[in-house]
Amino acid sequence: MAASAHADQVDLLIGTFGVLVALLTIPIFVLETVFAIRYRTSREADREHAPVGSNWLEFSWAGIPFVLIVGFFVWSTSIFFQIHRPPPEAMQINVVAKQWMWKFQHAQGAAEINELHVPVGQPVQLMMTSRDVIHSLFLPNFRIKQDLLPGRYTSLWFEAREPGSYDFRCAEFCGTDHSVMGGRLVVMQPEDFAAWLERHSEFGASATLAELGEKLFRDVGCSGCHGPASDVNAPQLAGIFGRPVGLSDGTTIIADEQYLHDSIMLPNKHIAAGYPPIMPTYGNVLEPEQVNALVAYIRFGAPVRKEPEFGAPLRKRREQ
Amino acid sequence: MTAAAIDTEREPEDIERTSYLRAGYSLRSWLLTTDHKRIAILYLISITFFFAIAAVAAALIRLELVTPEGDLLSHEGYNRAFSIHGIMMVWFFLIPSIPNTIGNFMIPLMIGARDLAFPRLNLLSWYIFMVAGLFALFVVLAGGVDTGWTFYTPLTTMYANGAVVATVLAVFISGFSTILTGLNFIVTIHKLRAPGMTWSRLPLFIWSHYAVSIIFVLATPVLAITLLLLAAERIFGIGVFDPSLGGDPLLFQHLFWFYSHPAVYIMVLPAMGVVSELVTSGAHKKIFGYWFVAYASIAIAVIAFLVWGHHMFVAGQSVLASTVFSFLSIAVAVPSAIKVYNWTATLYKGDIALDAPLLYAMGFIGLFVVGGLTGLMLAMLAIDVHVHDTYFVVAHFHYIMVGGSVAAFFGALHYWWPKMTGRLYNEVLGRIAALLMIIGFNLTFFPQFLLGYEGMPRRYHVYPPEFQVLHIFSTAGAGMLGVAYLMPMFYLLWSLRFGKRAPANPWGATGLEWTTSSPPPKHNFTEQPVVIREPYDYHLAHPRSRENG
Repeated sequence: MAASAHADQVDLLIGTFGVLVALLTIPIFVLETVFAIRYRTSREADREHAPVGSNWLEFSWAGIPFVLIVGFFVWSTSIFFQIHRPPPEAMQINVVAKQWMWKFQHAQGAAEINELHVPVGQPVQLMMTSRDVIHSLFLPNFRIKQDLLPGRYTSLWFEAREPGSYDFRCAEFCGTDHSVMGGRLVVMQPEDFAAWLERHSEFGASATLAELGEKLFRDVGCSGCHGPASDVNAPQLAGIFGRPVGLSDGTTIIADEQYLHDSIMLPNKHIAAGYPPIMPTYGNVLEPEQVNALVAYIRFGAPVRKEPEFGAPLRKRREQ
Repeated sequence: MTAAAIDTEREPEDIERTSYLRAGYSLRSWLLTTDHKRIAILYLISITFFFAIAAVAAALIRLELVTPEGDLLSHEGYNRAFSIHGIMMVWFFLIPSIPNTIGNFMIPLMIGARDLAFPRLNLLSWYIFMVAGLFALFVVLAGGVDTGWTFYTPLTTMYANGAVVATVLAVFISGFSTILTGLNFIVTIHKLRAPGMTWSRLPLFIWSHYAVSIIFVLATPVLAITLLLLAAERIFGIGVFDPSLGGDPLLFQHLFWFYSHPAVYIMVLPAMGVVSELVTSGAHKKIFGYWFVAYASIAIAVIAFLVWGHHMFVAGQSVLASTVFSFLSIAVAVPSAIKVYNWTATLYKGDIALDAPLLYAMGFIGLFVVGGLTGLMLAMLAIDVHVHDTYFVVAHFHYIMVGGSVAAFFGALHYWWPKMTGRLYNEVLGRIAALLMIIGFNLTFFPQFLLGYEGMPRRYHVYPPEFQVLHIFSTAGAGMLGVAYLMPMFYLLWSLRFGKRAPANPWGATGLEWTTSSPPPKHNFTEQPVVIREPYDYHLAHPRSRENG
């Protein structure tokens, strides 16, 4: 049932902690029963010198379990840090949740609903957002979940160990059809996955996500101000991703997915220094999926993305 | 505890004549009463009514989950059932359960006062509670809501169906009742203690009610503000929580849990106070570590305000914040553990009578321990990421709130029933009901730990077929639990008419409430009690220790 190294670690943690829990609870149950029998009122027993308190006892039964549990806290927190540090070679997939379906956008251009295909042995990072209410992507076999918020990116990463099909479910109550908002994660051999991507591209989605973004960039009018030929005083966006941007209030911010998203949907949230705040909001114009495409375009530029990015690290892994 | 057992020697006719129950028979004499004992009875009747509604919703949920398909209710109907169940149970049963019935009745009696400090305010808080209850009832009759009891945004503000605003108003209004009760308790405990009733002689029931009153007064206003903001966004579209209006959806969760985590301790602290009384009386022995148990209540009330973020480990909260909240959540377990160990140690060398109240109390301890330690598992970040929002969480908090608080409520009801009504209930039936509750409860909720770990999310109307077997166990247990809850309703009511007349002190317990007649006279004591002994001053010269009972 455990489908990743992380899941094994969580199982081990829960199992070991379960032993501690048993060690802390069983004495209570046993003592309660023993006392209830031995000191029941109909029975003669030694009731002399019954203690009414002991500081020594109090501090030890408060302190010793606490110290043991803090040990588990350190262990569990270190695992938690790992799931918030995706490996740099992780393959990125965008996820948009809405009432009541899951949409996945591969950088290579394939898009799918309620089904996600990924290669085995490859770290996958999901960049997730929601179109309406809060949802939560729960992969029980991987022992992970993460809420998806409207207007904000959250992320989740995993690395599947075995090819196969694994359920995912929505774990945050999201309205009427919450309990049927599920889907299937299909883990494939890398060559099968490459073939799947290829096949999928033949059916219409002929462009990479960044190419879709490039088209949008022209269609919705971004290029009118941000394009190279524009004479409007607007920031140039090539190469901006991941770099610090100076803001008009004197602070700087890293131009990540969230910053680019906010600059498109809520342009008054962060004003780039030296530019007049004339950017119109696209909050009512663009869907989160389109914003993802625009971000991919700004990040990678269109033509670069023909070669699937996951290929290089994948080959390296297989050689090991 | 007092110089003399003041009212224990009086004739039955005399007790009958002066009983608070005989101080007027008209409806008006009940509805306009300022007697804390009568108000407690009013609360008891009202919360039993709301408990019944919430229990029907629970029965619908459990019946629906017998099969993986949704065959009894629609998706929407199921969502409304669990929403009504949660809202009714939390705000209209659990929060007022022990404080407003047992607490209202017993606090003045236990500290030797004639009434609470503000008797009319006490009546007002019942009326406010009933206005809130009418709103809640309207919601039920109007078809309910599908927000869940947690009202998460932007689901509640923009997408939820049903009488959302009426629900929010019901909870908002009930909060004022809670705040007034807390205020009343704090002032009463400070100002109305009998001569000699020093802080070191306070029954632990009073300590835990003092602690819970602090939470009442400090946490409930935050809920009120949050709900007003919620209603403002829902009605007027003011952007507070909805990102499409420029709001922040996580802000709601922070505000909500800033109230609702302390609210968990609102539900459990009074229960802990009850258990301290039941264990000492059942074991006929002084409490082990009085000050540790007393200060543990205060410590819980303080730390309870610092752990709300553990509800948000997967919500998008920063990693640093999650780490800090994880650590603080472990810290809040320490005072609870201290209480459990002290209760167990109190049984050592006791003179134990396994009557229904002690069975309920021991049930509380066992179930609370399981609930508490699985709570510690949930406080562990890596574990929570997996079991968050699954049946593991559902099982955990039911162990605390139902296994813990409801068991203590029933224990308290049995223990003080003779005092409140002047009648003895059937002890054999009492013990059977208590055992049935413990068994039925475990059968209902233990399988849910397994369900959660295997990946069954909460609030699921239909579910994968591999979970069915455990769900059937759970529903069978719920049936048993239902019988265990219905039994006391019958034999307790039966005792009102046919039960034996209760002596002033049927348990041979210490505590001022047992020095007055059963039921107490209108003003509680015929003469001012004076306290000259330590609390739980039981004489352990077995077997004479129960002689005055």
